[in-house]
Amino acid sequence: MPSPRYHREIPARFRLEAGKCAGCGRVSYPARKVCPACRGQEMEQVKLSPRGTVVTSTVIHVPPDDFLNEAPYAMAVVETAEGARFMTQVVDCDPSTVLPGMEVDLEFRLIRKEGKSGILCYGHKGVPGSV
Amino acid sequence: MREVAIVGSGMTKFGELWDMSLRDLFVEAALGAMKSAGVDSIDSIYIGNMSAGQFVGQEHLGPLMADHLGVAGVPATRVESACASGGMALRSAYLEVASGMSDLVLASGVEKMNDGADVTGVLATASDQEQEVYYGVTFPGLYALIARAHMEKYGTTEEDMSWVSVKAHRNGAKNPHAQFRRVMSLEDVMTSSMVAEPLRLLHCSPVTDGGAALLLCPLDRAHEFTDRPVKILASGAATSTLALADRADPADLDVVDLSGKRAYEMAGLTPEDIDVAEVHDCFAIAEICCYEALGFVERGKGKDAAREGITDLGGRIPVNVSGGLKSKGHPVGATGIAQAVTIIEQLRGEGGEVQVEGANIGLAQNLGGSGASSVVHIFQGV
Ligand SMILES: [Zn+2]
Repeated sequence: MPSPRYHREIPARFRLEAGKCAGCGRVSYPARKVCPACRGQEMEQVKLSPRGTVVTSTVIHVPPDDFLNEAPYAMAVVETAEGARFMTQVVDCDPSTVLPGMEVDLEFRLIRKEGKSGILCYGHKGVPGSV
Repeated sequence: MREVAIVGSGMTKFGELWDMSLRDLFVEAALGAMKSAGVDSIDSIYIGNMSAGQFVGQEHLGPLMADHLGVAGVPATRVESACASGGMALRSAYLEVASGMSDLVLASGVEKMNDGADVTGVLATASDQEQEVYYGVTFPGLYALIARAHMEKYGTTEEDMSWVSVKAHRNGAKNPHAQFRRVMSLEDVMTSSMVAEPLRLLHCSPVTDGGAALLLCPLDRAHEFTDRPVKILASGAATSTLALADRADPADLDVVDLSGKRAYEMAGLTPEDIDVAEVHDCFAIAEICCYEALGFVERGKGKDAAREGITDLGGRIPVNVSGGLKSKGHPVGATGIAQAVTIIEQLRGEGGEVQVEGANIGLAQNLGGSGASSVVHIFQGV
């Protein structure tokens, strides 16, 4: 992934910055220009709370090339208290225990290495919840 | 709008076709469609193709394919909607004939997947690069997430999904075009290797090369080309969110629901009127979701349909008598056209060993991405 492309995603990936619609309150992560619920265009910046609940999950056994050394690993759609949903890995546990309803904390982690030079790319991953 | 008929069809064998290039696949399917209608000239071409740019490094398919078909000069363009590219190419051709702009239009689909490309990586580009692929999800992984959500919501089991694969192979074993012409037992499916839990290898469609084509014309000219035209009653298309996480409910393919409703409304029909259907079983769970979204069974009952024989040959609504994507193969851009080819054969009574007795109205549903685009066509033998 070329660096300008990576750079644009930093606010969402590093700081969990999201957009909240001033009209209807819908939280979009990452932020969007147009609210998918009401088409409002007035957005305020909010930060997601770094924890959520697993909505659905899987364990990847046949991974993409960039994740060959990590399989099998769990992936989940996670919903935060703000109602935002997104895709993430859930780590630091037996992947088969990652099931709908599981509480996870979101931690800043290395996600992947890009290209021949192995540029380090970061973001958030879920870990078993501390509560 | 003018009424539109399909008067010719053609398709290649599906499989790992090492001796055939992208253009060879297109030309064989297109010549087949033109020959079956007895025409040697056409007005326009649509080519459904997901990703020739990534699979074989070739873009700009319109002029390439027109040239190799020997009709350079005609308008020709590629239509892309991931795995729904073929269905969308058919829709485009239908609209061009219905509008009165052209009379003889070729709707085709082609994909060359076995030419050395990183297939997993290419297919993943039909999902959200920034929000899904970046974090390591694969295409089977996305459908596995749908499967687990469906299991949570409706109590669907791994065995329920496995019966869909068993049915697919039972039908596909009788299809001379199919990639995997062999019967699979429930045990074969349930002991195959894990790809993305809860999906195993035999819940997943294969990597396939293939091409398919249809020739469309105004209904009032159809008898110039064939004794058995098939009328297009409806075309319904829809989109949903690209990212699975943004869907209202990951357990339901809402895009299939919407495209189906639009098609039923246009045709003035209900699910009970459909005699035979081809639906997009890229993964076994997708077929179960499609049963529900297209109204063949009640929501939550999709899990029982294959096991109880409701969707088998001889059942109440036979689905994927071709063997589906699972057994016939899934050359992504060609699939939507190939589904329609099967329905056309059924409505002409040319279904051979898998002919549905008295089939008069048929439906084909083609899905893109993890359920982000869908197109449904309804046909009638006339
Ligand atoms: Zn809003």
